[in-house]
Amino acid sequence: MLAELLQFLFSGITVGAIYALVGLGFAIIYNASHVINFAQGEFVMLGGMGTVFFIGLGLPMPIAILLAIVLTVIVGLGLEKFAVEPARDAPIVTLIIITIGASIFFRGAAQVVWDRNIHSVPAFSGNDPIMIGGASILPQSLWIIGSTVVIVVALHLFFNRTMMGKAIIATSHNPLAAKLMGINTRIVLLLSFGLSALLGASAGILIAPISLTYTGVGIMLGLKGFCAAVLGGLGKPMGAIAGGLIVGISEVMTAGYISSAYKDAVAFIIILAVLFLMPNGLFGGRGTERV
Amino acid sequence: MNALAKPETGGILALAIIIAILPFLLPNSYYLDVANRVGINAIVCVGLNLLIGYAGQISLGHAGFFALGAYFSGILVSNHGWPPLVAMLTGALFVGLLSYVIARPIMKLRGHYLAMGTLGMGIVISIVLNQEGELTGGPDGMSVDGFSAFGWEPGNEQVWYWMIGGLLLVAVWLALNLINSPVGRALRSVHGSEVAASVAGVDVAHYKVLIFVVSAVFASIAGSLFAHSSGFLTPSEGDFFHSIELVTMVVLGGMASVFGAVVGAALLTTLPQLLTVFHDYEMLVFGAALIITLIFMRRGLVPTLLSAFKRRKK
Amino acid sequence: MTLLRVENLSKEFGAICAVEDLNFTINPGAIHSIIGPNGAGKTTLFNLITGVDSPSAGKIIFNDLDITGIPTFKLAGYGISRTFQNLQIFFNMSAVENVMVGNHLRNDSRFLPALFGFRSIKKGERVCRERAERIMCDVGLEEYIGSDADSMPYGALKWLEIARALASEPSMLLLDEPAAGLNPSETQEINELIKRIADMGITVVLVEHDMKLVMGVSDHIIVLDSGRKLAEGNADEIRRNPDVVKAYLGHRQKVC
Repeated sequence: MLAELLQFLFSGITVGAIYALVGLGFAIIYNASHVINFAQGEFVMLGGMGTVFFIGLGLPMPIAILLAIVLTVIVGLGLEKFAVEPARDAPIVTLIIITIGASIFFRGAAQVVWDRNIHSVPAFSGNDPIMIGGASILPQSLWIIGSTVVIVVALHLFFNRTMMGKAIIATSHNPLAAKLMGINTRIVLLLSFGLSALLGASAGILIAPISLTYTGVGIMLGLKGFCAAVLGGLGKPMGAIAGGLIVGISEVMTAGYISSAYKDAVAFIIILAVLFLMPNGLFGGRGTERV
Repeated sequence: MNALAKPETGGILALAIIIAILPFLLPNSYYLDVANRVGINAIVCVGLNLLIGYAGQISLGHAGFFALGAYFSGILVSNHGWPPLVAMLTGALFVGLLSYVIARPIMKLRGHYLAMGTLGMGIVISIVLNQEGELTGGPDGMSVDGFSAFGWEPGNEQVWYWMIGGLLLVAVWLALNLINSPVGRALRSVHGSEVAASVAGVDVAHYKVLIFVVSAVFASIAGSLFAHSSGFLTPSEGDFFHSIELVTMVVLGGMASVFGAVVGAALLTTLPQLLTVFHDYEMLVFGAALIITLIFMRRGLVPTLLSAFKRRKK
Repeated sequence: MTLLRVENLSKEFGAICAVEDLNFTINPGAIHSIIGPNGAGKTTLFNLITGVDSPSAGKIIFNDLDITGIPTFKLAGYGISRTFQNLQIFFNMSAVENVMVGNHLRNDSRFLPALFGFRSIKKGERVCRERAERIMCDVGLEEYIGSDADSMPYGALKWLEIARALASEPSMLLLDEPAAGLNPSETQEINELIKRIADMGITVVLVEHDMKLVMGVSDHIIVLDSGRKLAEGNADEIRRNPDVVKAYLGHRQKVC
């Protein structure tokens, strides 16, 4: 009984951490540009598939991971430079479709450059489950949870202690004021995309050993990450983390105790419930429109 | 934007002529089938454009309404022997109510939360359609009997073509009427500035809900038409991709342009046929084309071309 | 009979008191101004009166009706209209259409007749457009009747907002910094327009920084400072009031 609950909890936190990372990426880009980046999921795909590719070239795992991250960051920067930047004053709906176009483009490119098959990635430190309290947890899960914690702490320090991080936050509150203060908002935007790409790629690499990877893996992960971000109050990065964990745990619990068929629906049902009851997300403040 | 309103009788006439001539230009019934799909998508898009282009809202789950209309028709007619017209109207009523219930709380939110809410709704609908196999046939789909009303049945693609073409003209006419009325202007004011619209006496929440429901009903009816004309349904008709396709049609064709919606539907429905030339590169090319087109024509094709045309005349 | 009465009105944003315990009345048929240093709470006051924000405490009574907390869209029906400090023009429409929206409550906004293109709707549209064009002429915007809002200069847009506000046939018109961003000759034109509007029988309440405009046009001035009423009176009284002078030279943010 308890062991089962614990099992689900471990699974839930693991998958929740992944959603948290993806959601963080959404939140950071939204903060900087008020754009919902539907290509976020493809960053996840590129992380996983990129690692597969570089390992396939014979490179050792850590190098492959690094290169995959670099690749994804470059793609993220390219997305900002060539697709988002030129269309910056377009209506929001247009921007959303542009990022969707980008997501289609990345998937199409990945299919051409690599293939449509499912690939596996070796676990970072082996596959032998560790027993805790009667429940088993994969070493990879510990990697996921640990890495997410490290990333979150690093991000917190970045946003609160470094000039660049504070510049990003300032820009998200008021781009004009930030610009007048001498902040190069174009660099901030670029950096936000790069950062989100890094987060997405990390998520993709961390989860790949557990759930395999293929060129279509980004779609659902992206959407659920989006749920996590909205749950936390779009634009509140730390909220996205809580959102991700809530979605992950709820999903696994639902699959375990209620029905596995509706597992995928859980994230979206939660989001609908939250939107009905707490319109600005769990942590979003009331927005005030200045007239 | 207001110039688009003036050539509307010309526009409807042109559309009617195109619809009348097209079958004679198409080589075989496969193309007629594609034309039917275009027409059905166009009906959805005309409604969706009222929501996105005119009222300035977003819906990333409209395919859900389409699929609900389709499955209502499919299930009630094929499994329970209901008359198709009644089933269609029942589906529309259900979708109307559902969209009202969803819109009321969510329309109070700012745009992105609306996007998320509609996204979530669409995905939940499509998952339910997938999972409730006993009702819907699940992922394998279900077949649907043909349409019949007052003893008449469209037997083949050709008859369907005229029916869909006629209904499209009706949909366009309705949309244009709405736009050129105080209701239409109120919708556009909501898009322009919600605060200023409120001060002028426009009940912003009411109009957002109204147009959401109207566009959902358009989608539902189109879905019912699709169910009968294609004869087979799968839950993918309600999935996220289809919802995005629909929004893309509206955005690409031209927001705040009824004819733009039709053009967008035509383009995006036929494009995959053209893109098969690229084989494996199909997705890549499509994605790139989408990005490039929207960067350079950010209000969509029809408004951009029309203002370029206006500028040249000056 | 007072037109507008504000009683013990307060608005807090977190720890900041934008408006604190305000009391004043606006009598019909005069031009009133609300002045004060930046941050005094003037626009917040307008937002409270027009339902854009809801008060933390207090009451707003218009024509003996308690309108506190009533949703904004209902107020046009009671006869209140306003313009905005940051222009809220409908840039997705033409100039005439902007003004036509102002007339929304007098239009037939039934859904089904609109959908089916009833002739009465079309006729109503023609009448509405003619009215809007007439208002634009009254206000001095004839040359922009065929224009789109997004092609008009800033000054003309300020006039357009006023035209739109007038289209709802208000009994009280709130103008939020109508002279902001205008040059001296345009400010003079606004001065004259305000007087013309008052002559039409509409009670005008201005929020304004331009002292020349305020002193030249107002019958009654209310001075706010840090959310509280500092002084009230006619132009001469206010000009000579030492507290008012001091408020404009030094300013503190008040915490509740």
